[in-house]
Amino acid sequence: MKDMKAVVEKAEKDTISEADLMTGADIMIKALKEQGVDTIFGYPGGAVLPLYDALFQQNDIKHILVRHEQAALHAAEGYARSTGKVGVALVTSGPGATNAVTGLTDAMMDSIPVVCICGQVPSFLIGTDAFQEADTTGITRHCTKHNYLVKDVSRLAEMTHRAFHIARTGRPGPVVIDLPKDVQFASGTYTTAQDVEYRSYRPHLEADDHAIAKLVEILAQAKKPVFYTGGGIINAGDRASELLTKFISDTNIPITSTLMGLGAFPANKSQWLGMLGMHGTYEANLAMHDCDVLVCIGARFDDRVTGNVSGFSPNSFKIHIDVDPSSINKNIEVDLGIVADATSALEKISAAWTKQKAKLNDPAMQLWWQQIDKWRQVNCLEYTNSDSVIKPQYALERLQAHLGARDDVYITTEVGQHQMWAAQFIPFNRPNRWMTSGGLGTMGYGLPAAIGAQIAHPDALVIDIAGEASIQMNIQELSTAAQYRLPVKVFILNNQWMGMVRQWQELLHGERYSQSYSEALPDFVKLADAYGGLGIVVDHPDQLDDAITQMIESDKFTILDVRVDPKENCFPMIPSGKNHNEMILSADAKQFDKKLV
Amino acid sequence: MNSTPVNRNVMAKKSVYGAAPETTPEAAHTLSILVDNTPGVLAKIVGLFSGRGYNIESLTVAETDHDQNLSRITIIAKGTQRIIDQIISQLDKQVPVHNVIDLTILGPHVARELALIKVSGQGEKRVEAMRTAEIFRAKVVDTTIDSLTFEATGTPEKIDALVEMMQPLGLSQISRTGIAALPRGNDKI
Repeated sequence: MKDMKAVVEKAEKDTISEADLMTGADIMIKALKEQGVDTIFGYPGGAVLPLYDALFQQNDIKHILVRHEQAALHAAEGYARSTGKVGVALVTSGPGATNAVTGLTDAMMDSIPVVCICGQVPSFLIGTDAFQEADTTGITRHCTKHNYLVKDVSRLAEMTHRAFHIARTGRPGPVVIDLPKDVQFASGTYTTAQDVEYRSYRPHLEADDHAIAKLVEILAQAKKPVFYTGGGIINAGDRASELLTKFISDTNIPITSTLMGLGAFPANKSQWLGMLGMHGTYEANLAMHDCDVLVCIGARFDDRVTGNVSGFSPNSFKIHIDVDPSSINKNIEVDLGIVADATSALEKISAAWTKQKAKLNDPAMQLWWQQIDKWRQVNCLEYTNSDSVIKPQYALERLQAHLGARDDVYITTEVGQHQMWAAQFIPFNRPNRWMTSGGLGTMGYGLPAAIGAQIAHPDALVIDIAGEASIQMNIQELSTAAQYRLPVKVFILNNQWMGMVRQWQELLHGERYSQSYSEALPDFVKLADAYGGLGIVVDHPDQLDDAITQMIESDKFTILDVRVDPKENCFPMIPSGKNHNEMILSADAKQFDKKLV
Repeated sequence: MNSTPVNRNVMAKKSVYGAAPETTPEAAHTLSILVDNTPGVLAKIVGLFSGRGYNIESLTVAETDHDQNLSRITIIAKGTQRIIDQIISQLDKQVPVHNVIDLTILGPHVARELALIKVSGQGEKRVEAMRTAEIFRAKVVDTTIDSLTFEATGTPEKIDALVEMMQPLGLSQISRTGIAALPRGNDKI
């Protein structure tokens, strides 16, 4: 490559004095500092020892020792998602790198900016099946946005800067730097980020003015418009959220969001319909189905959102704004696709709306809101509470009551029923406060992500809403929480089942509960105690408030084991492959034909 | 534990998860991709096809600009128009990819493939093979007492036709390069 060559040639031309030479490990540390990195989540091993040695001899970058490399990646994701910065993980070769793969794939699916530095066996041993050798670039090629194998120490700084640039720009994602041990020892020169040129990678960020003018023209004629936004708004930064909130508040257009986009638009505003999709609200899904103009920004028409694609929002003019051109027309054919960053698009939409003196048809909008209010009256999140058994929804309502209007709360989740209930029952009014594994659905995400968020926000209240099955997938990270005195809270909705699996088996597999019972559960109170934290268990609704207060006030990591109704299902639910208007509500569940299989 | 009676339905099970979408007509498209000639690029491109379930009918790759360190990959991919559009945007967003064009959509373009065709036999068949080769403007590049190897260049259809003609004449081995293609005229990509 010309630019790379130029960089190398320039480096060679400059008289290289002894003083200019640094070891690969020092180059890496310097490059990380230049990129503004203050925290790394990692786990040492043979192939990264020189890097760990360099880390040891400096004080600017803090290293958080996790207990499993998958957790390093999720912690980096939690850090990234809660700060808007790039998360950084450092793992060794072979098993270190393969353990990181789930976290990398998770970051890929949810577009989270992460840089993962993997040690590699010395370059002269690559390909010999050396001890702890894995083909890391080969394995991670399709679960990263890009990856680099560094063979020349003098290109290490340049490749590191590239990795960060690629991870954070355009549609963000994970980038792997595979770094052989001999390159970490070798001497080379440093390149600053300024000197790196990008020849082929240039994400398109500016929205096209004509397309925006068209969008405004169509939107102004709408009688039943709806906005459907996603994680792209959050990735675009606070400004995008502000612009969206202002535009929606001014125009009074109903808005729904994906799981990943929660918090981009404040849930306390009247235009908010709640989350859409498989476990979305009745009003959000029916508004999607019945709307005449659909504006999607920074979401990707995932199958959990669309349901049956041929019956998806059948009568609407569909507009899709996304920074990733391949997201447009991938799952749903749209009428107007605009490749742009959400901030640019929203800025231009707001400006064009004013300039074109666009105005929605008031009587039509009134009718549309009347219709939506009728759907809202269905009260789709309603559940039958109990005096003797804790309903999971009730537990979350009580938790929310204790959180109140606190502004410093970060919520992570594992994956399953509890995740969907959390999305339904915890309102988010700001972006970057909600961290969940949306695309990949990784059980074991929540605890390490909470650790990452707590490291980034030491004084905040960070709660992992968990299930008793998911939490066990990265339970070892309690040790990390203990080591760094992180007061993360684990709020377990313990129903003794892999709840979502059980729910599908009940509704769609003839009530045959194959392998979904959580047998031989640990005593979570003793477990928390064993790791040096606080454990609380409750099994009666009356005990809930005191326990939640105790949990929130605890200055140690705390597990609150909430024994909830094992039979409770998560509604509303659109069965896979059904239309948005074929939702099952909790009241319908009894009539639902369980013998479909 | 829950002791639900097991209801084993022995009849054919109807999927409750919805059916796959209906398929629309497929067509072959020639894609020309300009990439940085760096390690792993080809694996990335090919893996993208297998990972997303796209079909490759032909693939050719070689460095085309040594100074700029660029390679051109020519791929014939088969799919519906939407799949082809997806393939193009998926390819285009890869970091080492500079440019992707769909030559089939772009219009007039030239596409050529080279083939080495070995025919074994003696006597009349050998003479007939040489005569056939001449019609197709294929050159003899190697010969032994009982075999002839021809070099033929042309569109894939022409090569197909030649191969078919050689079949009864003792065709024994074929090696084809896959196509190289460029748009007509002064267009640059």
